[in-house]
Amino acid sequence: MSEQINTYTVSIYTENNVGLLNRISAIFQRRKINIESINSSISEIEGVTRWAIVVVISDEGIRKIIGQIEKQVEVIKAYYHTDDQIIYQESCLFKIKSDLLFEDDQIKNIISANHARIVTVERDFFVLEVSGNKNEIEVMYRELKPFGIMQFVRSGRIAVTKEELKISTLLQAFSA
Amino acid sequence: MEIVTTVSKKENAPKTTERISGSEAIVRCLLAEGVDVLYGYPGGAIMPVYDELYKYQDKIHHVLTRHEQGATHAAQGYARISGKVGVAMATSGPGATNLITGIADAQIDSTPMVCITGQVSSHLLGSDAFQETDIVGISTPVTKWNHQVTKASEIPEVIAKAFYIAKSGRPGPVLIDITKDAQFEEFDFEYKKCTAIRSYNPVPDVNVTALQKAADLINTAKKPMIVWGQGVILGTAEAELKAVIEKAGIPSAWTILGASAIPTAHPLNIGMVGMHGNYAPNKLTNECDVLIAIGMRFDDRVTGNLKTYAKQAKIIHFEIDPSEVDKNVKTDVAVLGNAKESLQQLLPLLQEKKYPEWHQQFKDLYAVEFEKVIKNDIHPTKEGLTMGEVLNEINIQSKGDAAIISDVGQHQMIACRYANFTTTRSNITSGGLGTMGFALPAAIGAKMAAPDREVVMIAGDGGYQMTIQELGTIFQQKIPVKIVVLNNEFLGMVRQWQQLFFDKRYASTEMVNPDFVAIAKGYSIEAKKVTKRDELKEAVSEMMASKEAYFLEVCVEKEDNVFPMIPTGASVSDIRLC
Ligand SMILES: Cc1ncc(C[n+]2csc(CCOP(=O)(O)OP(=O)(O)O)c2C)c(N)n1
Repeated sequence: MSEQINTYTVSIYTENNVGLLNRISAIFQRRKINIESINSSISEIEGVTRWAIVVVISDEGIRKIIGQIEKQVEVIKAYYHTDDQIIYQESCLFKIKSDLLFEDDQIKNIISANHARIVTVERDFFVLEVSGNKNEIEVMYRELKPFGIMQFVRSGRIAVTKEELKISTLLQAFSA
Repeated sequence: MEIVTTVSKKENAPKTTERISGSEAIVRCLLAEGVDVLYGYPGGAIMPVYDELYKYQDKIHHVLTRHEQGATHAAQGYARISGKVGVAMATSGPGATNLITGIADAQIDSTPMVCITGQVSSHLLGSDAFQETDIVGISTPVTKWNHQVTKASEIPEVIAKAFYIAKSGRPGPVLIDITKDAQFEEFDFEYKKCTAIRSYNPVPDVNVTALQKAADLINTAKKPMIVWGQGVILGTAEAELKAVIEKAGIPSAWTILGASAIPTAHPLNIGMVGMHGNYAPNKLTNECDVLIAIGMRFDDRVTGNLKTYAKQAKIIHFEIDPSEVDKNVKTDVAVLGNAKESLQQLLPLLQEKKYPEWHQQFKDLYAVEFEKVIKNDIHPTKEGLTMGEVLNEINIQSKGDAAIISDVGQHQMIACRYANFTTTRSNITSGGLGTMGFALPAAIGAKMAAPDREVVMIAGDGGYQMTIQELGTIFQQKIPVKIVVLNNEFLGMVRQWQQLFFDKRYASTEMVNPDFVAIAKGYSIEAKKVTKRDELKEAVSEMMASKEAYFLEVCVEKEDNVFPMIPTGASVSDIRLC
């Protein structure tokens, strides 16, 4: 049983029910495990919710957590993956003063170099969106910081796995 | 109530439904699930349901307990002795929060229970309305499933799911919170039992390869040992376990919650494991070469220090709940599935064996324990009465037929150690949570579910007073339970720890007690107090002969300790005899 700490992305397929967030987060809270990020959305299957939860934890710890999550009645299936087993992204928004966009070429260079997108330009401010992994977003943040960031927000990680997850097969087996 | 056949416009097909209120639907759902008795306490937010219970009182018996905690423990006692789902009901707010201890107890001890709470009307949710509490939020970590209903039409499906979830797979408590407007609302009622939920796989399939591996390990073992738990009882696998034990000739021990699955007197029953378990099975856990765990979860009170627990042994784990595998003890072979099926399939793969020398080791260590502990517990020569001799007297007079409902503390360990069981589901006690106050209300439920059985409750003077008000329930319902209080005028188990580990600093463990006999008599319960050895036999016999509830207080030695004992953090093989 290794005690080595790793970043894991937990993917959970569940029924879409009120209260599940509480039930799942309680599993982490009870063991005093900090959730780095959490995202819940629809999935490729109608009526099924998909969660992405990022935690930094030991290998043994994550296996036990997955067992506890899967045990919940409304959880269809739970998986955990290391970063090399998934394709993942985070997304972020920067709110910056408008005049900088027109007066400073450097910002335009940062935007194109980082594949950022201008979401909107208002009289007083403009909004940039960029997606990528945590590092890429951090680079962008560092580059923009000197210009004065009015607001910054980053989403939780979302991820798809390299391997097939076979949830549909699982659900089909049930209806058969 | 009339049955109307409505023709649904959409489908144009006749449909047999009845238009009834949500509250009536709740009662009808309970009836459809075969519920004949439930325990609870009324209040504003659940009144419409009580109004229906009044109408249906010839079909379903509602027992008014004296506290909602009592209702949950009674439902637990009912479930534990019968295997059926226990049902408890309460109003919103304080009624609902009073259920929590019992729910947590049922969760950790895998007891099938459905709790129904009333809730403020849906338009008031979240407004801090009178007696509004977020009971779904509060109960989430201690329920197998919970759900809030705000529309009458949801009631049948949700209640059907509740019963299915509570009793299937590894059982547990479910809470359904129903707003008052949903109780009043009328709808077209129709009930269908729930038989499957797509996101829920209650019983994993038995893996044949794992089973064969387990059989191979067992067949080649030199010193195999079985430890079984409540999974055997919950899975009604008692006969299958007995067959396996007898064919393979394996010495077999039990956890507290597994007690009584195999009769105490069975020659291969080597006693209890854990903190106050028997000497031999604890010691030899660290000597066996194959440890076969069946329907048990390696609780820390069973394993002691995990770093030194059965390290020399190959571990086989028969378990219904995948999350229990490798949770505390790393297994070599895990056989998932229901104990009944797994053991049935295991039996033909096993060779007939006997291990006379290995078995003799258990007998030798038993002799040591008998000499150092048991003899003095059950046949004491000192003046003061011991808890053990009371248990021994109950054994003799009940011929081991009684169901023993124990509370939490020294008397509980003594009851589990010395009760002589002949019938399964006879040891009902709060194991995982260790809930003082469990026994008296649990005994009510147990006696009601098994009226033909002798039900003897055993509590300490501390725990007894945590739910003593349930004497009122016993009085009102005329429930013929036998109530034994082993009075040492201390919170005995805590005092024992203070003596052993805190230099006898008896902080807040001494009890100044009321006249228990007078209290019982106040409820018109026949009562007696025993202070001397020569009064014990007759008092127990009077109690056993009584056809009604009976209260017996036995004043025992104040500062006796329970041994053997594995101190917290110590290894099972470092079990102390004194
Ligand atoms: C509700 C609750 N509170 C506190 C405890 C801690 N506790 C465990 S055993 C015990 C003492 C029990 O005393 P008593 O009921 O007199 O039984 P005895 O040990 O003397 O047999 C206490 C306080 C508990 N288990 N449950």
